[in-house]
Amino acid sequence: MEQIPLEHILLLSAVLFSLGILAVITKRHAVVVLMGIELIFNAANLNLVAFSRYDPELMQGQLFSLFVIVVAAAESAVALAIVLRVYQHFKTANLNQVIGEE
Amino acid sequence: MLFYLFAALATISGAYMVLTRNLLYAAFALLLTLLSVAGIFVLLFADFLAVIQLMVYVGGVLVLILFGIMLSSRVKDKSVLSENVNTGWGIAVAGLLLLGLSYTILQTNYVSLPWIEAADTDLLGAQKSTVQAIGIKLMTDVVLPFELASLLLLIALMGSAYIATDKPTKL
Repeated sequence: MEQIPLEHILLLSAVLFSLGILAVITKRHAVVVLMGIELIFNAANLNLVAFSRYDPELMQGQLFSLFVIVVAAAESAVALAIVLRVYQHFKTANLNQVIGEE
Repeated sequence: MLFYLFAALATISGAYMVLTRNLLYAAFALLLTLLSVAGIFVLLFADFLAVIQLMVYVGGVLVLILFGIMLSSRVKDKSVLSENVNTGWGIAVAGLLLLGLSYTILQTNYVSLPWIEAADTDLLGAQKSTVQAIGIKLMTDVVLPFELASLLLLIALMGSAYIATDKPTKL
């Protein structure tokens, strides 16, 4: 099996990162912003794993992306709990309508 | 080649996630993207990470996101649709970012980097799975981050359960 060129993996990762940034900027529903952030995490993980190929003994890239996945899971759990509280309080999850009254 | 299939799938479903206005469609497009990234992990000799990606992202985070969508919008009316704002700025920023990243990636000559040139490209040698190596690493070199991660998960569990309860007790 021939090697996948490193540039192609990095380009895919750049595309996914830009799509995540685009989702974070243009969407106003809090959950979709979270989904954009997950996409950015995946792009970063892809980079780490791609470079970890050249480090077969240490595998630091794979270990690092393992911890990235763990932290992302914790982050999304807390963030979705916050989104639910915001929705109960403001009756909307649209970030532009979440404005403190009083 | 299989990598380009997965890459095309990830890119298309990622783009669909950004373009669609329906939250549920976006969630399922994200599911497809995460699955494709897991497939790419397998092709990059990260089998353990691919399984973790499937279990944590596809099995956990995505179900959580679907719950979040169901609980934070009334599916029958318009609130399951999200309008786009800042479209011009968003496209400009993301496009410039993509352009800059691609330019840098294509300009850099990775193959001539010394540590990549010296790398043993015969991946993993006779050993075909990374599970054992990662397990040993987790218990020796990175045992402190491993324990900290368990602590973080416990705190996140307690915190999100506390935040999401209906009537928070007075502090």
